[in-house]
Amino acid sequence: MLKTTSLKYKYPKGEFFDFPDIICNEREQLLVLGSSGVGKSTLLHLLGGLLTTKHGSIELGGQNMMKLNNKTLDQFRGDNIGIIFQKNHFISSLSVIDNLLMSQYFSGGKEDEAKCKSLLTRLNIEDKAYKSINTLSEGQKQRVAIARAVANNPKLILADEPTSALDDENCKEVIALLEEQAEMAGAALVIVTHDARLKDIIPNQITLSHQQALAK
Amino acid sequence: MKLLKLAWKNIIHNPLNLLLSIILFGLGIGLINFLILFNTQLKNKFDSNLAGIDLVIGAKGSPLQMILSSMYHVDAPTGNVKVSEVKAFLNPRHPLIKAAVPLSLGDNYKSYRIVGTTDSLMSFYNATLQQGKFYNRDLEVVIGRAVADDTGLKLGDKFKSSHGFNDDEDLAHDHAAFVVTGILNGIGSVIDQLILTNPSTVWNVHDHSDESPMIMDEEEKEDHSDHDHDGDGKSDHTAEEHNHSHDDHDHDGDGKPDHTPEEHDHSHDDHDHDGDGHPDHAPEDHAGHDHAAHNHGPLARTNAELLNYPDKEITTLLIKFRNRTNFQALSMPRSINENTDMQAASPAIEINRLYSMIGSGRQMLQWLAALIGIISAISIFIVLLKSMRERKYELALIRVMGGSRSSLYSLITIEGMIMTAIGFFVGFILSHIGMEILAGLLKSSYKYSFTGWYFMKKEWILLGISLVIGVIASLIPAISAARMDIHETLNER
Repeated sequence: MLKTTSLKYKYPKGEFFDFPDIICNEREQLLVLGSSGVGKSTLLHLLGGLLTTKHGSIELGGQNMMKLNNKTLDQFRGDNIGIIFQKNHFISSLSVIDNLLMSQYFSGGKEDEAKCKSLLTRLNIEDKAYKSINTLSEGQKQRVAIARAVANNPKLILADEPTSALDDENCKEVIALLEEQAEMAGAALVIVTHDARLKDIIPNQITLSHQQALAK
Repeated sequence: MKLLKLAWKNIIHNPLNLLLSIILFGLGIGLINFLILFNTQLKNKFDSNLAGIDLVIGAKGSPLQMILSSMYHVDAPTGNVKVSEVKAFLNPRHPLIKAAVPLSLGDNYKSYRIVGTTDSLMSFYNATLQQGKFYNRDLEVVIGRAVADDTGLKLGDKFKSSHGFNDDEDLAHDHAAFVVTGILNGIGSVIDQLILTNPSTVWNVHDHSDESPMIMDEEEKEDHSDHDHDGDGKSDHTAEEHNHSHDDHDHDGDGKPDHTPEEHDHSHDDHDHDGDGHPDHAPEDHAGHDHAAHNHGPLARTNAELLNYPDKEITTLLIKFRNRTNFQALSMPRSINENTDMQAASPAIEINRLYSMIGSGRQMLQWLAALIGIISAISIFIVLLKSMRERKYELALIRVMGGSRSSLYSLITIEGMIMTAIGFFVGFILSHIGMEILAGLLKSSYKYSFTGWYFMKKEWILLGISLVIGVIASLIPAISAARMDIHETLNER
């Protein structure tokens, strides 16, 4: 489902990354490991279509994202990719359920309140549906972020450092949750992290090393 | 439209910012609209009360004051002129003058001015009677719509006037009361706030101001054998003149027959008093007419009758020319000013002068209003810019969810337009309330009816301008949001 080929990225300031080829199919999980500065967030943003490059290709469901123009890429991302960031951001003026509905609206899909509600139920936060985001705990916020990521039935779910701030117990819970939701959505799950604990949980792994960050 | 809902929620999520913006913007728009409401009504009143009058002749003094007192009925007149001085202009066959209307000012009822004039004044202003009939005898009056509404006077009601132009108990005239015979339709010009009566009423009120009605009745009973018909103490004609037969049909004693024998031998059953073949009134009107208004003083209702009293005074004469471009008509004012003790002034010229004098004041207010508008637009710009910077991650999130750059541009722009639209409505309400308050003050001072319930199509244009200002104020923040690099923004920790 997700396949990258000869993916490279060059920053204007000169930093250059040469990424290994990646393959991850639906209902599979991939762990991308590496320490800071090694290009993890660059890779994540490329995979999520938040960054584009002329070097190499990223195919999702057969479509090479790098060939899409800006507006189409935005739309494609909304339809097919769900992203969970390390720091969870929401639209603070909207309620929990409105945040989910917004993600449906911006991806050009139909707004389905019933579906959003059932999603919240699945994640055990349906009682917070009409509340403001500020009333949630960090854990609840993360679950809303996950709900938002899967709201559009994406083909790919990307998670950026989802467990770095959590203790061991919660770390396991969150990963289990992610896997479960990805499975239910029928999506590929790619987790980018420096958290070594995950090495024991997710078998399919790639490690980015400094050798790849070569100035050319 | 979901974007609209999001924009709205974003705005009310930060109520203090919103309040600041709409108060400032509302004040600016409110002031601008208030000035427009006031100026438009003011100009309408100036223009509609010009009424096609070409010249005003009156006592020497400030020409503007004469125009203001005689046509706009504010301020005091410059003095009076004798009928004999304006004799020539009262002639209906004057080669240059189409119509001349005399005005006598001097009294008021509850600050509404009583004006002695002929029925031509009504045609100058295109006024029509709503109820009742035009005045005929002295002390009968016709009142304008605003007078009726404000004082509650109805047909048949009686009242007493007071001297001058302000309602003052100490100056109340103690004489037989005025009676309302007619009420005019409201036409939106100065005549709405006037009380009209005969020119001679004004004379009689001032001549008899010390006498009580009792004395009047005794005069009625007095024996007329002294041939003193107009009650001034002098015989009007000799005894022999009285005993002439009327076979020679010489009624005014000047030696010439006034009419043929046939014309004389009509009965009065047809109630045709002036001999022109038309009944002057219905038979019923003869019976039981009220003698309370009976007077022995001079009676003048028309220009012709005025000429009978050359020593009496009027305040001004309003004139319409037959041909405005006639050279002689144009030079008439100058010859009056230079060769007589009177002055003549052109209303249009004086009012334009007045307008240009207050013009600089008006302009300053307009600049002030525009300045406030600009400052408030800047405040909206700053609010939007600040909020955009604080919401960077949220905006990036919208892009992540699939929103395009143009959707971010639209979002910020809609937020700006909502703020200016709300500001407009706040200003709209403030301006009409302000106008209504000013209208109350103007009514009590000048009797003119302004109103806050005056709506113009122009106000929609002002709404349009407000929305455009919203777009302009949000331009920079919106473009900045659209051009945001998601990658960089999300990387900032």
